[in-house]
Amino acid sequence: MSAPDDGAFGPDSLVGKGVARPNVRRLIHGRGRYTDDIDAKGALHVAFVRSPYGHARINGIDAGEAAAMPGVVRVVTGAEIAEICEPMVSIAAHRPGHKSAPQYPLAVDLACYQGEPVAAVVAAGRAEAEDAAELVVVDWEDLPAVTDMEDALAPGAAPIHPDLGDNLAFQHSIDTGDAAAAIAAAAHVVEHDFVFGRHTAVTLEGRALLADWDPVEERLTVHQSHQSPYQMQDVYSRHLGIPEHRVQVITPDIGGGFGLKINVHGEELAVAAIAKMLGRPVKYTADRLESFLADCQTRDHRATAKMGVDADGRITAMDFDNILSCGPYTAYIRFGLAEGMMAISCAGAPYALTDYHARTRVAYVNKGIVGMFRGVGVPVGAAVTEVLVDQAAAKAGIDPVEFRRMNYHPQEAFPLTTVSGYAMRRLSLDRCLEACTRIMDYGALRAEQKSMRERNVWRGIGVANFVEAAAYGPVYYGPSGARVSTQDGCTVKLEPSGVVRCMTSVTDQGQGTLTAIAQIVADQLGVRMDDIDVISGDSATTPYGGGAWASRGMAMGGEAALQAGKALKQNVLELASSILQTTPEALTLKDGEIRDAATGEARMGLAELAKVGYFRQDTLPAGIQPELMVTRHHVPNTPYYVGCGVQGAHVEVDIDTGFIKLLGWWVADDCGRVINPLMVDEQIRGGVIQGIGNTLYEHLIYDEDGQVQNATLADYLLPMAGEMPDIVIEHVETPLPETELGANGIGESGTIGSIATLWCAVNDALRPLGAQVTEQPFTPEHVLDVIAKAKAG
Amino acid sequence: MTEDTAEISLTVNGEPVSRSVPVRRHLTDFLRIDLGLTGSHLGCEHGVCGACTVRVDGVAVRGCLMLAVQADGAEIVTIEGLSQSAEVADLQRAFEECNAAQCGFCTPGMVMTAAELLAGGGVPSREDIRDHLSGNLCRCTGYQAIVDAVESTARERAS
Repeated sequence: MSAPDDGAFGPDSLVGKGVARPNVRRLIHGRGRYTDDIDAKGALHVAFVRSPYGHARINGIDAGEAAAMPGVVRVVTGAEIAEICEPMVSIAAHRPGHKSAPQYPLAVDLACYQGEPVAAVVAAGRAEAEDAAELVVVDWEDLPAVTDMEDALAPGAAPIHPDLGDNLAFQHSIDTGDAAAAIAAAAHVVEHDFVFGRHTAVTLEGRALLADWDPVEERLTVHQSHQSPYQMQDVYSRHLGIPEHRVQVITPDIGGGFGLKINVHGEELAVAAIAKMLGRPVKYTADRLESFLADCQTRDHRATAKMGVDADGRITAMDFDNILSCGPYTAYIRFGLAEGMMAISCAGAPYALTDYHARTRVAYVNKGIVGMFRGVGVPVGAAVTEVLVDQAAAKAGIDPVEFRRMNYHPQEAFPLTTVSGYAMRRLSLDRCLEACTRIMDYGALRAEQKSMRERNVWRGIGVANFVEAAAYGPVYYGPSGARVSTQDGCTVKLEPSGVVRCMTSVTDQGQGTLTAIAQIVADQLGVRMDDIDVISGDSATTPYGGGAWASRGMAMGGEAALQAGKALKQNVLELASSILQTTPEALTLKDGEIRDAATGEARMGLAELAKVGYFRQDTLPAGIQPELMVTRHHVPNTPYYVGCGVQGAHVEVDIDTGFIKLLGWWVADDCGRVINPLMVDEQIRGGVIQGIGNTLYEHLIYDEDGQVQNATLADYLLPMAGEMPDIVIEHVETPLPETELGANGIGESGTIGSIATLWCAVNDALRPLGAQVTEQPFTPEHVLDVIAKAKAG
Repeated sequence: MTEDTAEISLTVNGEPVSRSVPVRRHLTDFLRIDLGLTGSHLGCEHGVCGACTVRVDGVAVRGCLMLAVQADGAEIVTIEGLSQSAEVADLQRAFEECNAAQCGFCTPGMVMTAAELLAGGGVPSREDIRDHLSGNLCRCTGYQAIVDAVESTARERAS
């Protein structure tokens, strides 16, 4: 790894060091405190009665027998919740034509997906609540389900929500230049069909919350496994009519987020409403079956795409027709449109094409709701682009790595706006490509591939780019009308003993963000990592902000921490200068001491200064007001910060069984300045493996009636240690120009890049057979099917 | 319906425990609800994810697949007990240094499973380590850092 030589952080700086996470030790020792681990005196437990149908009318609910069961306190129906809780309506103000029906926390008259909650049994224990839930009798009227996205949009298809008129949630097109004409005129044209199967996040800890209502103070306190306590404070306040300063949301240790836990689910509002209704603490943890059925899901795209290349091997044009299903509602509070919008907006972005046409259509279907998940549509746009690029390179007779290099935007073209609308100040794809092909020894792999083919061994090499818009700002979310905070804040406080506390709006689900924030602040104040503690995840006490989403922790929260640390440093030096009879400029902070800036001589300990600042203000000159706690926020004035990278994969396809073996994986990633390489590497590795899982294994299968066929961990396949490769990483660090810290997001790039890379690698293996995969996940059946189809001609 | 219960006596982390438990309660719920030992986690409750792994009479087992009443007379060690005994302090330190845990939800089960492999002695290959850990789902790390932590601990012990 080569750290940027910009002089911003010296070799002694904590910034750039791979320090271990201070807050991981207790997790390793079994001392984590996840939501379900938290007890409240007299807490009640909820089990939900859920729709067994993909689509059904609720003609009545008889809870008599259930309510009489031992331990049962109350059975609550959707209609009762609706009396005290506003429904969720997720409509994007900046997306004309977007329509969505009100979604009730518990369905009232109509259930629109299998697993939709319709009633809640509240009992002394979860087991008693589940016993009674089985005895709630719902008078169901089974309705025809529409589960195929194209059927849902066909003329005459019955709308899931009759008031909306049809099942088209939204559609959008991008037209730059004349793609049809450019493709017609191209020397080479490639075309491919794509299916990206529906899958789900599978956080190991299910969604969980403990809601407590104090009827005397009329105050709601919620402990919740969620990525944004601020968002949930806002949601509970507005939907339950509680003044916001009487709602406190605390996010303790979180057993995996991946975007799932930034969504708002009906059960969460229902549990808070029940706590308010009963004036008692109420707890709910989703079990695995419930998670498969009712967690927000992801992807489920189909696409047809074309690319045109001129006689010199230059990509001229791309056409990308995208369709996806979003379930029966667009997800609250961020809509369900981003999967498609991000896909068509990032496609083609690495390359200097001139003509682009894309369309996305979002269909309502009777399946689970599609919400946010790591990568949001970008893996789809990247995979579609990179598969076409490989095919175009093959058709033009140019090595795919060289083909990419010659089609990148030339450096002198920056800043630029791509044909798809991405505004980019710069990309370092050429450096990433050089680094990735070097660490994978691309030339040697190609030579080996050739010799192996002669022995009927089918190996594939995939090298794929991605461009990622991370850390979305107010330019995007502001006009949408959604109450999504795109700023983050940090408070830094010098404690009287000279140690430091930070309070950040960023939340950490294991990424290591809080550790990096400690590094940044400790670096500014010249204190050791042991002398700093970071507090996060409490909507009442920490600065307001976004939490964790869109890979923003370092880009936003890191910059806020840097600015807060700098401001406190300035205050400390000003106070010290008044005590030491000098100027702030003549002083600096290092190793817990206020030092002479020129000689490094220690003049005063931080603890001594803090003692004066907090207890001996009488010794200060008149008019000096010590300010040993400061807060700073960061909000970008751009829509997003752009990052990029290149990944390489080496695979072997067994053409007799259809099995795909992973032989090697390499990543060259530019996420701006790397604050902590240990954490960044783990974000990349975890992201890559998740992307491999999405591409090879994960598929939530619905039948035509909207019934999930594989809602267990035995039937829904995930990557386990045995099949996964070691991953080699090199960082290409281009400090982000938009901030002083220069760090960009890293949480999603591993996933985004790995999906495209695996599509390319498997297709590279199959290309000499005339076969190409078209459906993700690449099951052995699918691989054998495409080979058989190619053989049949 | 009144819940059937049974009296059980067992040893948990070296301490004798006697309780009356519902006969349908699984071992992990017993540890979490009755004893407050929340270090064992429930990721699936059908024996696939391994987050609930505990040691029963010296063997790593899935607490969600065993009823509490089946543990009558058994000797149980949970992550809390294993940590307190410092038996795998080196492994836990290696987890920390390698950043082999992100959200940490799978980690207690991972440590219990890895402890069993390391107790066998020798330096297992990375492939053997991966095989041994293949019953424990980690959704965050991608496994490599966990394999690194187990491998470095085995090397350290062998040296």
